[in-house]
Amino acid sequence: MVSPVRTYALLAWTWTRAAAQYPLSFTLMTLGGFVLGGLDAAVIWVIFANTTTLGGFGLSEVMFLYGTAGLAFSVGDLMFSNLDRISQHIKAGTFDAMLVRPVSPFVQVATDRFVPHRIGRVLQGALVLGIGLSGVHVPLERAWMIPVMVLSGIVIFTAIWALGGAAQFLLTDAPEVANAFTYGGGTLVQYPLSVYGDNLVRGVTFVLPLAFVNWQPGLYVLDLEDPLDLPHWLRFLSPAAALALALVAGLAWRAGIRRYRSTGS
Amino acid sequence: MIIEVDRVGRTFKVRGSVVHAVQDLSFSVEAGEFVGYLGPNGAGKSTTIKMLTGILAPTSGHVRVAGLDPSRRRTALARRIGVVFGQRTTLWWDLPLKDSFELIRLLYKVDRKMFRERLDELCSLLGMGDFLATPVRQLSLGQRMRGDITAALLHDPAVLVLDEPTIGLDVVSKAGVRDFLRRRSVEHGTTVLLTTHDLGDIERLCRRVMLIDHGRLAFDGTVGDLRAMVPGETSIEDVVAHLYLSSRESPRTRPHRPAQDPPSVTA
Ligand SMILES: Nc1ncnc2c1ncn2[C@@H]1O[C@H](COP(=O)(O)OP(=O)(O)OP(=O)(O)O)[C@@H](O)[C@H]1O
Ligand SMILES: [Mg+2]
Repeated sequence: MVSPVRTYALLAWTWTRAAAQYPLSFTLMTLGGFVLGGLDAAVIWVIFANTTTLGGFGLSEVMFLYGTAGLAFSVGDLMFSNLDRISQHIKAGTFDAMLVRPVSPFVQVATDRFVPHRIGRVLQGALVLGIGLSGVHVPLERAWMIPVMVLSGIVIFTAIWALGGAAQFLLTDAPEVANAFTYGGGTLVQYPLSVYGDNLVRGVTFVLPLAFVNWQPGLYVLDLEDPLDLPHWLRFLSPAAALALALVAGLAWRAGIRRYRSTGS
Repeated sequence: MIIEVDRVGRTFKVRGSVVHAVQDLSFSVEAGEFVGYLGPNGAGKSTTIKMLTGILAPTSGHVRVAGLDPSRRRTALARRIGVVFGQRTTLWWDLPLKDSFELIRLLYKVDRKMFRERLDELCSLLGMGDFLATPVRQLSLGQRMRGDITAALLHDPAVLVLDEPTIGLDVVSKAGVRDFLRRRSVEHGTTVLLTTHDLGDIERLCRRVMLIDHGRLAFDGTVGDLRAMVPGETSIEDVVAHLYLSSRESPRTRPHRPAQDPPSVTA
């Protein structure tokens, strides 16, 4: 059995080499992602030109939250967003081909036509995070949470993509439903959750655990009070929430493959 | 027995109604046999092949290929079985053929030296030297098919399953593919099961023929036995046409006696 990580690297590398045959396009697309991301982040400065706080948070704190969300989302997007193409593979029959190879179909779908230029968005997220961090004081005792929250965030977004992919085994025509949760979720957590209504925040804390991408652990890193007064121990739950969601996604994926019925031709 | 199919059924729910794609199907294939799998359009051939390769799980009955339950041990089985779908490619559409092969080498963990030897052999037998550097999407149908057959054999599987491997090939390519499959079976002892609508494939390659109709096994025997099914008809085309037509007229009943009592297999 070839390990899934090795398979991932192998397939992603193969597609990267294929993309490298068009170096100009690759460079432009990477730059494009970076610049578009930059414009997106520039909205923060526009907002702070007119006010000093957003949902009770200062400029650097908002950038910290934006950066961690952006980093987690864009790594997930780079590595796993192709999972939302399951229904295309089913309709084209390419999913059958994936099932007769000795490696995980999950990895095959995730890496199919892997586009390395999405790295532009990752760099942009990391940059904003860096700028945000330079403006807030985070002692070492709390800094350990930063890599933990980014990793948990990557797992959470990946699990949502996998759930969306699994749903496509049933609803072959509704890939957009999943996109609402992935891209929508990615945008939602860019800003302090305190700018939204209480019910939405409770929903993304206890139902779809987006609050654990950066909000709850971010409050810990920044050492701030929760505007909603939720218990403090929630701030340490990101890895658990990520694992629980990954487990649900894994089961859904397996159920989806068992129900797979191929096409009639 | 390298392939065992025991009272297998597969249904599909299509808008409320149930389609019985395969019903109560039983047969077995010995290692080294070369079996043709015939049947009219919609008879259940591709569905059977998808169950043999683990793509589809049967809704009833049991399948074993190379000692494994295909739908449960899909990845383990993938190392022992080679699959060709004539209608579509299992290669990577955007990659040059040789990159696809290299990827297969890595995914199946084929030893580099063995890989070179097999690829050289397959390339010269199937005449592929000219288009190894071409992306799969730019290949002609016949070129792509040769690529697909090569890809299915690079890991030297014990069983080769082909769903319409000669569809759309010109006479020369077809002869090349047939010749190649025959040699593979003789020289490597590979077990081959192929579906086709080209009876020339059957006549030239298969000692044993199975005929499936409305999801049920309607005949299992030698090509000679098949001919004898319809006295008076001499060409195999006419015999098969007769069998297909008579089943169309009475689709509810099982066509012909051998359905109840298939002649014993002569391998
Ligand atoms: N995924 C599917 N969903 C619904 N029905 C299906 C599906 N796959 C096959 N069927 C039905 O099952 C029956 C058998 O189909 P199958 O593809 O196995 O036939 P076949 O013998 O390969 O025919 P052909 O010679 O045309 O390729 C057909 O009635 C077909 O409509
Ligand atoms: Mg078919």
